[in-house]
Amino acid sequence: MSASTLILLVLGLGLAGWLVARSRAAMFRRESKDHRIASLPVYHGWYAALWIVVPTVLFALIWAPISEQLIIQHVLASPAAADLPAFGMQRENLLSEARNVATGAASGVFNPQAAALVEPFEEAIFRYRIVGFVVTLLVAAAGAAFAFLRLKPDFRARTRVERAVLTTLLIASLVAILTTLGILVSLVFETVRFFSMVSPLDFLFGTNWSPDPMSSATNPDASRYGAIPLFWGTLFIGAVIAMIVAIPLGLMSAIYLNQYAAPRVRTWIKPMLEILAGVPTVVYGYFAALTIAPAIRDLALSLGVSNPSSESALAAGLVMGVMIIPFVSSMADDSIAAVPQAMKDGSLAMGATQNETIKRVLVPAALPGIVAGIMLAISRAIGETMIVVMAASFAANLSANPLEAMTTVTVQIVALLTGEGSFDHPATLAAFALGFVLFMVTLVLNIIALRVVKRFREAYE
Amino acid sequence: MVMSETVDTPAAESPTADSPLANQAQKSLENENIETGEPKMRARDVDVYYGNKQAIDGVDIDVYTEFVTAFIGPSGCGKSTFLRALNRMNDTIPSARVTGKIELDGEDIYASGMDVVQLRARVGMVFQKPNPFPKSIYDNIAYGPKIHGLADSKSDIDEVVERSLRRAGLWEEVKDRLTDSGTALSGGQQQRLCIARAIAVDPEVILMDEPCSALDPIATAKIEELIDELRGRYGIVIVTHSMQQAARVSQRTAFFHLGNLVEYGHTSDIFTNPAEKRTQDYITGRYG
Repeated sequence: MSASTLILLVLGLGLAGWLVARSRAAMFRRESKDHRIASLPVYHGWYAALWIVVPTVLFALIWAPISEQLIIQHVLASPAAADLPAFGMQRENLLSEARNVATGAASGVFNPQAAALVEPFEEAIFRYRIVGFVVTLLVAAAGAAFAFLRLKPDFRARTRVERAVLTTLLIASLVAILTTLGILVSLVFETVRFFSMVSPLDFLFGTNWSPDPMSSATNPDASRYGAIPLFWGTLFIGAVIAMIVAIPLGLMSAIYLNQYAAPRVRTWIKPMLEILAGVPTVVYGYFAALTIAPAIRDLALSLGVSNPSSESALAAGLVMGVMIIPFVSSMADDSIAAVPQAMKDGSLAMGATQNETIKRVLVPAALPGIVAGIMLAISRAIGETMIVVMAASFAANLSANPLEAMTTVTVQIVALLTGEGSFDHPATLAAFALGFVLFMVTLVLNIIALRVVKRFREAYE
Repeated sequence: MVMSETVDTPAAESPTADSPLANQAQKSLENENIETGEPKMRARDVDVYYGNKQAIDGVDIDVYTEFVTAFIGPSGCGKSTFLRALNRMNDTIPSARVTGKIELDGEDIYASGMDVVQLRARVGMVFQKPNPFPKSIYDNIAYGPKIHGLADSKSDIDEVVERSLRRAGLWEEVKDRLTDSGTALSGGQQQRLCIARAIAVDPEVILMDEPCSALDPIATAKIEELIDELRGRYGIVIVTHSMQQAARVSQRTAFFHLGNLVEYGHTSDIFTNPAEKRTQDYITGRYG
């Protein structure tokens, strides 16, 4: 009696309930005077099926962990378990070894002590499976009985099914929200642990970033956890250099596509521009590292810069800027297209040229949407990792020179979590604090962007 | 097309002479014997095509500064299309094509040397739905003068703004809130703002495309009053669905039907003594 057969059984029962309830309702309908009942037979079918399937599934979800506990208890109560070590890794190993043999996952025991436990395990697993199976059937029967007692000509199964659909949709949307909350909670938890070791002031305002995973975990040197160089690197690469590339190019391509391009040209260029957004960031990463960064280094050399770094903030920022052009341009395109034609006609009829119309009427009218697009692009850029990992560096420099190697928050998170450090060490926990800060910043940017977009929509609808 | 320039048919024989429309048209008759000079705009044998579809067929019309000219006709008859041909707003529709001759002060506006931007500054337009820019009232008016370099200093622009708003009869209502957004005004005020905006660039002709169709009767009355005040200073052409409106505000009326100009003449003649059966059917409400 495995889990999959149980699922098939429950679905089969649901189907049976659906068929029976539907045909019974159809019978009511035939017998009624004007061939009308409160709901169509198919709704009665769904109502019965839902009452069979949903409670059994809920029961199965609850039963799985409970039966696990009951099996362990049963095994521990057996005389063979008395010889087990009181606690620790060995006890766990013996138990899981015996369980694997009992369920057929392993062919034989390595440890003779575990052999004695196999039989109690088999016994317990068999017993609780039977219990689970019987209770499942009982729950299904109870659900079916409940549904069939209500099956009457004037029962409004339609509205009940409607409500069930509504609930399903609500749960679906809650999953995303709850996941976000879960991420936030786990981040906060680890961040608090980090801040109990290193003061938030040192972290947020210190200018020296050199965490040492090999240092003492209990007495960390707070002066090595100053994250300002990382915040600076992130903003400089993501919000300054990348934006200097992305905003003008994105905006200008949006204006060209929206206002000047012939329909034929537009149908070609727009999808091609959107392909840019679909290129994996790793690909951008090695384009930056192998093509752009050396080119910038050569250029710097020829301009007389002595010993330029082969990894530079400029290379990462430029490529990142190209990557987010589609974000800026598609938002700008949409918001310019949303400006009513009447506005444009009004300006043209005043004797304005097309360029004047775009500059003085269309772009100002579309500005909120454009700004929102830029904000989303920034939050995308500062969360970007791969390009910077490959093209910038791991060195935390606090410098305004774009030719220098710099690092960002995301790169350091990767560095800290892929290192050798243990999860109790502040050098590892610092990754969560960095992630938390990043999460908050992008969250705020997104909220502002959404609000701006909403205000914009209200103005024209 | 029939040009009923002279009233030589006895009005008493007209079956529509006693209708309220005719009475309104009679009221504007007193304005009709004004001396006219050369026509401001002259259209001859104008065809407009959208792709292969002909929307206007051989229209001849003269527009005078001294008169308000009304275009009437059922929906889809081409009156708005023809109006847009007068300041080349049809250029913004890629498939539109205009043939024939339209002159402004004797100058062919479709000639290759014509500066469309300058033309539209001379022939302004007010649209069906008020379309103020999402800027302040002040900036809405100042927009045109600024792009055309008509006023350079702040005080010059202030003056243009005040003068335009006064002419559009809006000054008293908005003088204390010139920095408010133009879109925050009521519909009728927005439309007068659009008229003020058109006036601000000092045009010679103002084209109005059903300027009152989105407005309530009170706002409509104000716009009509304004049109009457502006007459003589600017050549005004108004497209309207309302025959009462045409009778109230215009001195010349052109009746369009299926892309043809059926009849063009004195408003009072069109409404009391139409020369064409189709005109009479339309104004007595038999179709349209």
